Amino acid sequence: MKDQEVELFDMEVRLLIEAVYLRYHYDFRNYAVSSLRRRMRHAMMRFGCERPSDLQHRLLHEPDVFAQALQYFTVQVSEMFRDPGYFLALRQQVLPVLGTYPSIKLWVAGCSTGEEVWSLAILLAEEGLLERSLIYATDINPESLKLAEAGAFALDRIAGFSRNYVAAGGKRSLSDYYTGAYQGVVFDRGLKKRIVFADHSLATDSVFSEVNLVSCRNVLIYFNRGLQDRAVGLFRDALVPRGFLGLGSKESLQFGMHAHDFELCVPAQRLYRKVVA
Amino acid sequence: MNGHLDLRHDVDAIVIGGSAGGVQALHALLAQLPADFPVPVLVVLHLPRDRPSQIADLLATHCALPVREAIDKMPLEQGVVFAPPDYHLLVEDESSLALSMDEPVLFSRPAIDPLFVSAAAVFSRRLLAILLTGASADGSEGVAAVRRAGGTVWIQQPDDAVASFMPAAALAHAGAEAVLTLKDLCERMAAA
Repeated sequence: MKDQEVELFDMEVRLLIEAVYLRYHYDFRNYAVSSLRRRMRHAMMRFGCERPSDLQHRLLHEPDVFAQALQYFTVQVSEMFRDPGYFLALRQQVLPVLGTYPSIKLWVAGCSTGEEVWSLAILLAEEGLLERSLIYATDINPESLKLAEAGAFALDRIAGFSRNYVAAGGKRSLSDYYTGAYQGVVFDRGLKKRIVFADHSLATDSVFSEVNLVSCRNVLIYFNRGLQDRAVGLFRDALVPRGFLGLGSKESLQFGMHAHDFELCVPAQRLYRKVVA
Repeated sequence: MNGHLDLRHDVDAIVIGGSAGGVQALHALLAQLPADFPVPVLVVLHLPRDRPSQIADLLATHCALPVREAIDKMPLEQGVVFAPPDYHLLVEDESSLALSMDEPVLFSRPAIDPLFVSAAAVFSRRLLAILLTGASADGSEGVAAVRRAGGTVWIQQPDDAVASFMPAAALAHAGAEAVLTLKDLCERMAAA
């Protein structure tokens, strides 16, 4: 059925993934193969490797090549207030509920370079909830986490962020939250006081805290069905009863094993609530 | 066999890509498929990013098959599946699709290349890829991948296309099993 060239390529990709796991303990074994193939091809091109096995050789023996290749395997660039309707729904329908708790914990799982983390902090600040909130921002990529924590973004992205912010019901001007620096802007350190950036893998780590909201958007699309089930299981276990889970606009729980542990509360924005058993 | 491809029995999926002028061409093409057509049809159409896509609804009115917008890991069933705005559409395995938020390809997301390349890896020779009108070079790599894996490629005749650049670029880059007018493509669909 499968073309022989493809079969060989897949075999080499599997071996490379296994090698990366053994050597660096990053687990891509249950990532979606369709995306993995693409990203592998891009990484091969970047490092001038003709075959995955050539790349594997370099990854095994050159840790700094691995650090760079990690960008190809994991990073996706988001925007602040991406899908403004999602953040508007958080503001209008989720935060009023979370505001009834004495303290609020939120988990941005797979936060990448932090755009959505900072958005969430601004949202909480404007709703008067930031002081009693704690945001866990986690990712497996140390380079991304470093960027996320810096809260610095290129100038040419700010106009788009501002448009999103307004569409998401922003109450002020986005520029109230950042100051200009070199070729970009840096977001207000005050927002960061309530954010904890941490290394966490949805593939290999377990639940670390009880939370009221998990936001995990466009991360699960890179996982296969089995790993999606594992990640959603972690979210369920981390969430308080009736806690909220937000996914990307074209992600759904309906094809996974935890479909019945959640109910849709804002269907158009893929916001779910944990069902109490 | 390419001249006599039996769409009901010789292929397990059809992938279609279009850009400028693609809405009308697709409209015509999909209207030909009978309600009992047993093969999944996956479509990438370049659309302006900030315009919410009503395309699925638009086409559903003229298509006998169910038309759906893709959701990640959706089962691959009979019917027409569209790439959602701002996501790449990929074939994950014989029975499901996947989405990706990776960088735009040649300024487009969704792009045609990722769909064609991923489908070629899964279906190899049991895949038909159709490239329609467009003003982008997207699709060329995809067409090459489909042909390399032994699949069949039909490209709209550049002279017949609203925008000739895309079909011409793919033809020059990778060739095709057949170069057809939209009318001929429609006839082949209708015969399915």
